[in-house]
Amino acid sequence: MRFTRECLYADCEETSLYQLIQQLFSIVGRGTLLTVEAILLFPYQVVNHRARKEFLRQAYVVGIKSLPVVTLVGLFIGMVLALQVGLEMRRFNQEYYIGAGVMISSLREMGAFMTGLILSACVGSSMAAQIGTMTVNDEIAALEIMSINPVRYLVAPRLAAMMVMSPLLAFYSCVLSVIGGGIVAKTQLSVPFMTYMKIAVDSADRYDLFVGLLKALIFGVLITGISCLEGLRTTQGAVGVGRATRQAVVVSFLMVLVVGYMVTRMFYTL
Amino acid sequence: MIRFEQVTKILGGQKILDDVSLTIEKGEIFTIIGSSGSGKSVTLKHIVRLLTPTHGKVFVDGIEVSAAEGAELEKARSLFGYLFQGGALLGWMSVFDNVALPLRERERISEAEVEKRVMESLKMVGLENDGHKFPNEISGGMQKRAGLARAIIHRPQIILYDEPTSGLDPVTARTIDALIHRLNAELGITSVVVTHDLQGAVLISDRIAMLVRGKFVEPSTPEAFIKATHPDVRAFLDAQFIPPEGMAGQWQSAVAVGSKTPRTKE
Repeated sequence: MRFTRECLYADCEETSLYQLIQQLFSIVGRGTLLTVEAILLFPYQVVNHRARKEFLRQAYVVGIKSLPVVTLVGLFIGMVLALQVGLEMRRFNQEYYIGAGVMISSLREMGAFMTGLILSACVGSSMAAQIGTMTVNDEIAALEIMSINPVRYLVAPRLAAMMVMSPLLAFYSCVLSVIGGGIVAKTQLSVPFMTYMKIAVDSADRYDLFVGLLKALIFGVLITGISCLEGLRTTQGAVGVGRATRQAVVVSFLMVLVVGYMVTRMFYTL
Repeated sequence: MIRFEQVTKILGGQKILDDVSLTIEKGEIFTIIGSSGSGKSVTLKHIVRLLTPTHGKVFVDGIEVSAAEGAELEKARSLFGYLFQGGALLGWMSVFDNVALPLRERERISEAEVEKRVMESLKMVGLENDGHKFPNEISGGMQKRAGLARAIIHRPQIILYDEPTSGLDPVTARTIDALIHRLNAELGITSVVVTHDLQGAVLISDRIAMLVRGKFVEPSTPEAFIKATHPDVRAFLDAQFIPPEGMAGQWQSAVAVGSKTPRTKE
């Protein structure tokens, strides 16, 4: 079954609880269909040179344009982590091990989590707003009439770009967190930078890295799926675009939190 | 060419189309008029299956578009060009790239051929020197003409016009009307026009139908339409100062303003 956009003109203004639940399942189902269809259309992204160009353009938007924010957030998260945990560890004369704390928490959680939040706010919102505006301006309908599948033309390159760039950004944010932590360790906790780095690198684990990057990948898929679906479901002009954008960011944030916990629970058992 | 069979559409609990049966013949300019929110655009969207009827069937060139899926729907849609109210041009592309989009995405032809056909299309709508501009750099009328150039680029058999002259000054509106008439005459295209603009409708249409409370008032020629006695049609005509003796006879000179080959009517 293919994703269809008729929900845009949906005949439903239901109010009963049963119908609301039905709508919720319908939206989740449509979101899943949209994402699966976009993934199935990835080969086209490789074969067609215009699609490749669009993928690169989206990768630039997702990756390069988010770099300044990710850099700042990564650095400061590492600095805050090192400071907060370091001060406590100093009470037990263990501040030399702060590198391990920053590295593990960044790899396992903070890198992917912060990247997920940044991408929801910066990229997800812009996807929802752009596709939402296209929807209310009949541009999506125009694509459909021209037999240009909006999922292939708009969603697939965005999803591919997010799936590539989200793990890369998460990794980059981990590296910067560790560096940020190192700066605080050296300047505030008097831990030599090389000692900090040695302990940090020694405590890095491939398994943690794998789980962190997997999380980032899943967040990328979720954010794109949610944002594009909200965009395609937009109705009622400018107000609708605003609503779709807000909805995309809120739902993405929540999903990053909930799914982040679920993935952690799957890979780390007590 | 286009046939509605007892089509009913319910949106938000409201009956927008009520058991509508209608046939639009090949090569004619068929105009649907009606007040705002009467369901004119909904009717158009059914023809290209942007909407599916709640009950009833829609046929286009023998294909039941209301039930078509996949390749069959794609085949049916390839028959259409659709001019949206605002042109629906993609904002990040130049006019040229917008017009070239259907060719580049759907047809395996060389870039030289794409360029040739886009220029032909732009020339038809008088935008041959504006291809490099972006949609936000051109006027509303030019956006509509660019939308029309995109709609005709793949040589469709049917063009659907959604409010082609709304928001335009009278001179530009008549130019667009003339363009619709010219495309119909030169390319033999079937045209379905949804409009509020009764003057334009009377000037270019072969038949006019008014949508009142979900039903079409009997489609008729412009001459017969302006003499209609149906109270809703009469109110619509009177609101636009069109007397029964009307302007149907004046169409030729007005349309000829922008037309190379003015049509002669029986």
